[in-house]
Amino acid sequence: MAALAADTPRRAASGSLRRNRRWALVASYFFLVLFAIFFLIPPYYQLVTATKSSAQISNQTTDPWLPAIPVALDNIATLWNKTDFPIYLENTAIVTVCVVIITMLIAVPAAFALGRMSFWGSGVLATGVFLTYLVPDSLLFLPLFKIVGGLGLLDSYWALVLVYPTLTVPFCTWIMIGYFQSIPKELDEAALIDGANHLQMLFKIFIPVALPGLIAATIFAFTVCWAAFVYPMAFIYSSDQLVLTAGTVTTLVKGDVYQWGMIMTAALIAAAPPVVIYAFLMDYYIAGLTAGATKG
Amino acid sequence: MAQVVLRSVAKKFDQTEVVRGIDLDIADEEFVVLVGPSGCGKSTTLRMIAGLEETSAGEILIGGQVVNDLPPKDRDIAMVFQNYALYPHMTVFENMSFGLRLKKFPKHEIRTRVEHAARILDIIDLLARRPRQLSGGQRQRVAMGRAIVRNPKVFLFDEPLSNLDAKLRVQMRTEIKKVHQKVRTTTIYVTHDQVEAMTLADRVVVMNGGRIEQIGTPHDLYHRPQTRFVAGFIGSPAMNFLSCRLVEAAGGLSVRLADDLSLPVPAERAAAYRQHLERPLVLGLRPEHVTETRSYGTGAEFAMPLDVVEPMGMETMVYFLVDGVEVCARVSPEAAAAPGERMRFMADMRHMHLIDPATDRVIAAPAAASATGSAKALA
Repeated sequence: MAALAADTPRRAASGSLRRNRRWALVASYFFLVLFAIFFLIPPYYQLVTATKSSAQISNQTTDPWLPAIPVALDNIATLWNKTDFPIYLENTAIVTVCVVIITMLIAVPAAFALGRMSFWGSGVLATGVFLTYLVPDSLLFLPLFKIVGGLGLLDSYWALVLVYPTLTVPFCTWIMIGYFQSIPKELDEAALIDGANHLQMLFKIFIPVALPGLIAATIFAFTVCWAAFVYPMAFIYSSDQLVLTAGTVTTLVKGDVYQWGMIMTAALIAAAPPVVIYAFLMDYYIAGLTAGATKG
Repeated sequence: MAQVVLRSVAKKFDQTEVVRGIDLDIADEEFVVLVGPSGCGKSTTLRMIAGLEETSAGEILIGGQVVNDLPPKDRDIAMVFQNYALYPHMTVFENMSFGLRLKKFPKHEIRTRVEHAARILDIIDLLARRPRQLSGGQRQRVAMGRAIVRNPKVFLFDEPLSNLDAKLRVQMRTEIKKVHQKVRTTTIYVTHDQVEAMTLADRVVVMNGGRIEQIGTPHDLYHRPQTRFVAGFIGSPAMNFLSCRLVEAAGGLSVRLADDLSLPVPAERAAAYRQHLERPLVLGLRPEHVTETRSYGTGAEFAMPLDVVEPMGMETMVYFLVDGVEVCARVSPEAAAAPGERMRFMADMRHMHLIDPATDRVIAAPAAASATGSAKALA
């Protein structure tokens, strides 16, 4: 009897806990679905528009939100065969790969030095690196134009390979400093005692341990390069040197004629690589963002 | 195998002196424990020996060679850290062999050494696992294994058991002692736990405020502390300290604790103490030397009303007040009275310590001729 009496309040408590959890779940699902719908509307609209011919798009009698039947694939064909879109794609890929490599080659050793080898002024320098990131590219492109022009790189995508790191290196250095600092100090001391020099420590201990962070930084650099708009608009005019973002706008918008079908198709194709990369590396990205939460 | 010698070693962080001139000789194969409260400089001292901190002054010699300017890897030492510091992305085998691989040892030699160490530590089945798949105790074994495979001149342990739960700590303590008996490498071990220090050490170095308070065998420190700090730090529950005055009594000297409580000083100590007659002093007496009256024992008897009673199973701690100061006594469970009741005690004054409050040093006196034969052990 006594046991029963003692049991009752506990059951009530756990019941309220379960009820609480159910409400939390309902609320979570509600907002998540709302969120998902909100962000999926633009890509949906893109897809619907991309699969319509110009006539179908401008047809006022059909609902623009509903897909056309049958689906028209002319946009892809025209885009691929009749425009410089494949060149933009290739240029973008070249620029992005180069910039990501350059960024990692600079940011990782810089972050290691700033984050782990505490020396006079390392704290100030680390903050300084971050501050340079805060200067917007819409402000920087004017002075950079002079520099790029002086180097004779105007109207060449190599100009982008040169200037994109000004956007990616500071931020990647900053996040890598965070990851490196989250690694317990004893780990490099153990490596020191084991006989590793700083370079071995970086490559054999820090980079493998901070791999999630490294991948997160790489994804960031990739996204920035892939999506950058102001610099290619400012520095490049020739079609054979253009990249996706600026190229799509300059070739598919002629005066006040917007080739909506092809613009949407180009946008979809341009968005595909980041989507694929995020989908595959999402776990790493999240693990990277929560690094240091567990004991080394 | 090597001796480790510290000569006037000091360390300053900015203006703060953390270690203030330490002299220490550690013999080959000796197991020395540095113990003290947090912030006493013991870890810094160890890290200076390891080469992880530079010395501000003084010399460190390992195996007769001055190592002040040598980087850690050239000092031929191995260190075990409090949080294990295992490389999380490597298997146990890779963790243990990392140092050897960096030194480009041949593969078969690496395998032999790792397996030998793994057998000593009973982790041979874990070699393919990663640190996160291991329990705390297993991780600490791997950390020790990493130290053993290097076959260094000196092992350094920095509070290696502090992250383990109480039961595992006791188990690993025994394990460390066993490993030392098998490997016989000079070992310097840092802990804040005096029980660990007492059980493991050949010699204990008690540190406080960046200085060495006393160096001695565990037995020495326990029975013949030289300072009030050591007397209070070693032993659990801690030694009782009571303000007193040394007075001349009928049969010789006695310490007067309160108006109604004086305890006689054993005759063999009288000569040593006589010069401090009538001066304010502090009496130090361990709880185990204040017991219930025993027919076979000898000591000064007195009675006190009990304040708190703490049964521990095989013994009971009782507390009473003398002149407002709490005193702990260790009595047999059957003899303990209830709180509030008066109980008769016997103080074994052969184990008394007198401390000069001006210097906080224990006044030297002939060793206690203990019935348990401790005097023989001391000689």
